[in-house]
Amino acid sequence: MNLMNEKGVKGKKMKKTLLIAACMLLASDVWASGRDYVSIVGSSTVYPFATTVAERFGKTSSFKTPKIESTGSGGGMKLFCAGTAIDTPDITNASRRIKKSEYDSCMKNGVKEIVEVKVGYDGIVLANSKKAPRFKLSKKDIYLALARTVPDPKGSKTFVDNPYTTWKEVNASLPDTKIEVMGPPPTSGTRDAFDELAMQGGCKTFPWVKAMKKTDKEQFKAVCQALREDGPYIEAGENDNLIIQKLEANPDSLGIFGFSYLDQNADKIQGSIVDGVEPSFDKISDGSYSISRSLYMYVKKSHVGVVPGLEEYLAEFTSDRAWGEEGYLAEKGLIPMPEEERTQVGKAVNELIPLQM
Amino acid sequence: MVSIQGRKKKSVQQWKYMSDNMSDTEEKKVPTRASAMERVQLGLAKRRRKEERFRKLSFSAVILSLSFLVLLFASIISNGWPAFQRTDILLDIHFDSEVLDVDSLVKANYGKLVKQSMRELLPDVTSRHNKREMYRLVSSGASYELQKMVVADPTLIGKTVSLWLPADDLPDMLMKGKINRNLPETERPISDKQIQWIDQLIAQGRLEQHFNTTFFQAGDSREPELAGIRGALTGSMLTLFVTLLLSFPVAVAAAVYLEEFAPKNRWTDLVEVNINNLAAVPSIVFGLLGLAVFLNFFGMPRSSPLVGGVVLSLMTLPTIIIASRASLKAVPPSIREAALGVGASKMQTVFHHVIPLAMPGMMTGTIIGLSQALGETAPLLMIGMVAFIVDIPGSMTDPSTVLPVQIFLWADSPERAFVERTSAAILVLLMFLISMNGLAIYLRRKFEQRW
Repeated sequence: MNLMNEKGVKGKKMKKTLLIAACMLLASDVWASGRDYVSIVGSSTVYPFATTVAERFGKTSSFKTPKIESTGSGGGMKLFCAGTAIDTPDITNASRRIKKSEYDSCMKNGVKEIVEVKVGYDGIVLANSKKAPRFKLSKKDIYLALARTVPDPKGSKTFVDNPYTTWKEVNASLPDTKIEVMGPPPTSGTRDAFDELAMQGGCKTFPWVKAMKKTDKEQFKAVCQALREDGPYIEAGENDNLIIQKLEANPDSLGIFGFSYLDQNADKIQGSIVDGVEPSFDKISDGSYSISRSLYMYVKKSHVGVVPGLEEYLAEFTSDRAWGEEGYLAEKGLIPMPEEERTQVGKAVNELIPLQM
Repeated sequence: MVSIQGRKKKSVQQWKYMSDNMSDTEEKKVPTRASAMERVQLGLAKRRRKEERFRKLSFSAVILSLSFLVLLFASIISNGWPAFQRTDILLDIHFDSEVLDVDSLVKANYGKLVKQSMRELLPDVTSRHNKREMYRLVSSGASYELQKMVVADPTLIGKTVSLWLPADDLPDMLMKGKINRNLPETERPISDKQIQWIDQLIAQGRLEQHFNTTFFQAGDSREPELAGIRGALTGSMLTLFVTLLLSFPVAVAAAVYLEEFAPKNRWTDLVEVNINNLAAVPSIVFGLLGLAVFLNFFGMPRSSPLVGGVVLSLMTLPTIIIASRASLKAVPPSIREAALGVGASKMQTVFHHVIPLAMPGMMTGTIIGLSQALGETAPLLMIGMVAFIVDIPGSMTDPSTVLPVQIFLWADSPERAFVERTSAAILVLLMFLISMNGLAIYLRRKFEQRW
């Protein structure tokens, strides 16, 4: 009796698991067959702009609204380059250019034709609370304040552990407050760009370090891009709103984030002047504010014509009313490219010219 | 060593001395007793004080945690409350047949209609720059609303209708007092002229706050005034439905087998230990599992409530199994013995007597497991449910997101008006949670048996 019942329950469970497994296998054929919306992944910096376009596109066309995941530039590339199957994303956004290694992995997985679309610029700002005076920094100051190792202050051509604790020690014209900077973690594209543009830029102001770039590139990168880990640089997570709240609470600290957050919170915080240029819409657009980067989107050509709405989404993104000087993306904080560059990129998108690397 | 031995000797001597004393006369005993009582009396007061102190300390711990809770609720409610109101603007829209004279009503330029009526409303605005600033007072959602109306009812073309249309988030924030109008013009996101127009419109009764129905009817949006919670709410419900459907029967079956049928041996011990371990595994691990198995191997659709539900049910299974086993254990053996005694088979005993009695406990466990699943974001990150999704999901395989993810996404948005949306979404999530827990209490009360 007992045994029979045990078998009965076991049998029931087995049947159920088998049934579920069968359903899954059956369904996987069904749902792999097609997708009627555009699937986008990638950078959290491009996310606000991509979503704005997607929403307008969904509401003003007969296509479904594209789905946009915020995975970070690197995570997006990984998903994008996984293959050409229909369940892989059609577009990945990036706050930096595609790396050679990523391009190679794309090629290896059969993603042979990638169309690169530059969508605009973004400035990285260092900002502090309006309760404190505005900082006037140079890239050299930024580097000296935040690098893990700095050139020996005594003048010898060696690196020493960063000895600076206050801004005044870095540069006599700066206030006598503790160095305290909140910024993104290493997984963030903003951090990549900051390391490359601001830190490396400041590093190069030492001629003998600059010379090192030619002789020992690895070493040069290591010393110029490593941020200090002894306290003054605080990794504050990817949430830029949180950094802004902390800046308000602590007027002595600085924060690092994208220009659109400064734009939206101009009543609370002020952007520091870097190398004599204030971060503003116009200054970033014309290239005089130096810590700015290009934003990209990469399109899988083999999905064009297969996924409904993909071409039309691209057309909407590259239309003047979206990325133009007075377009709706500018209102969201995207810094548009100059007109000639826009026509040039727009033309390349129209003809879907694949990227060669 | 020496000192310890010395102390030992001393205490032995003391003991001898005391026992000598005890065996002395009665007279000498009495004062010793009195002093013992005194000592107890003295100690008593100290013990009472100690107890009093401890009581006060533990009471203040309760007060402290309660006050944190009150603080949390107060801040969320005070932040989120304004989101249930939205500023609308009354516009006289003339559905111009010339503007709408295109082959497709979907593609017509509805923004033009809105701009036209704005110009009529504020006719003294002439320069191009000022006009642009004026148009910004109306949300881009206004033209979508007109589009929807005309597509639904093409007879509107050629008529003029007065409509309440959504205003932009800036006038909304100004009316709610979130933008300080006393700041200098350069430090606030809204210009002096715009404030002047807004005041003018308020005086005309054309700018009013209404109940924000959009918040409950729309999906996500990039514009705070158009963003709604319905997409995430539907996504959460679909996901939880899948979770419930999968985890409840499997967990109950597993618990019944382990508790009623399984022999006690090393294998079942191992299974038991592993179930307890699984309950403590960080949820992100289940997300990775979901990515590897359900997405990559079975090829299930990314970002769908189906996959989300399956992953979350893996996560909640151990919780429900443990709770179900506890409630099965709580059924007295006399019930089983009585049933077996009158000739019921083991299976009949379990299904007719034990499970019905254990059901309230199982249901409570299930609902607690589901409430846990409701608040999860980490495993969903891996399977693509952290995404911008405007369309409200209609089925298990549509891309969708869930409430906690929506909160996370809004909290990270640069637009200031999303702060109140975030808090409002938290309120909705809390309401969902409280009603689920309420259901658990109700079910327990209704079916609970006391022995």
